[in-house]
Amino acid sequence: MVPLWMFLLVAAALFAIGLFGVLSRRNAVAILMGVELMLNAVNINLIAFWRYRTPDTMIGQAFAVFVFVVAAAEAAVGLALIVAIYRRRQSVAVEDVNLLKW
Amino acid sequence: MEITIELLVFLVFALLTLAGGLGVVLARNLFRAALLLLLSLFGVAGLFVLLAAPFLAAVQVLIYMGGITILIIFAVMLTRGMVRARNVFSEQWDLAAIVSLAFLALVVYLLWQLQQGSSAALFAAPPPEGGLENPIAALGAALVDPAQYMLPFEVASVLLAGALIGAIYIARDDEVE
Repeated sequence: MVPLWMFLLVAAALFAIGLFGVLSRRNAVAILMGVELMLNAVNINLIAFWRYRTPDTMIGQAFAVFVFVVAAAEAAVGLALIVAIYRRRQSVAVEDVNLLKW
Repeated sequence: MEITIELLVFLVFALLTLAGGLGVVLARNLFRAALLLLLSLFGVAGLFVLLAAPFLAAVQVLIYMGGITILIIFAVMLTRGMVRARNVFSEQWDLAAIVSLAFLALVVYLLWQLQQGSSAALFAAPPPEGGLENPIAALGAALVDPAQYMLPFEVASVLLAGALIGAIYIARDDEVE
């Protein structure tokens, strides 16, 4: 048997890794990968709490399904934006996208 | 703590998840990072199986590993001039490392406090026995039940349609008419 805190610990570590990726990488595609890692960490938490707290309802799994949907939409639109930016600027490094920077 | 097969399987999948995630963040070659992301997502799918959510594990494999990762690999190849950049990290990477480590330390501290305090029984207890007879059917019913998640379900489908149309419009080549 695996206690709940182990799942929470893995999810927290995965979230921290994703956070580091989002904050430190220059390439927009790599930033998007970091966001995916963070979303996965959240999903682990949702399913772990569902399993240990409310396995007789579907609330945790339903939330996780909606996280999947939003992650898919976010990846599709984000990558489309990245491809469009690359076509205009020949770069996907985030510091080269500075037209709106104050 | 007693070492069981379940615990060993958990440790293997947790290691896959975290090692894959670290590889994604640290890899210099972006294509390698995408492949390591696949490994990490597979570890998460294994954790879902251990948490008695096999449907979500299947969705994870189909949508994340089969869909989103392939999309990311496409994007990596379409922006191929960027695969081997010399500086993969920005100038503020040290600050980013401090923030991430501080966040991790905060969560671990909170977990430790909760485990010491009133939630000790919850944190150490095994998952409750029983549960639903057929969780996959219950999930399907809950998603189309007006009293439960029918409205979010419809909103999610509208969001997907909007994202689909928006992605096509944004990524379209303006030169080609």
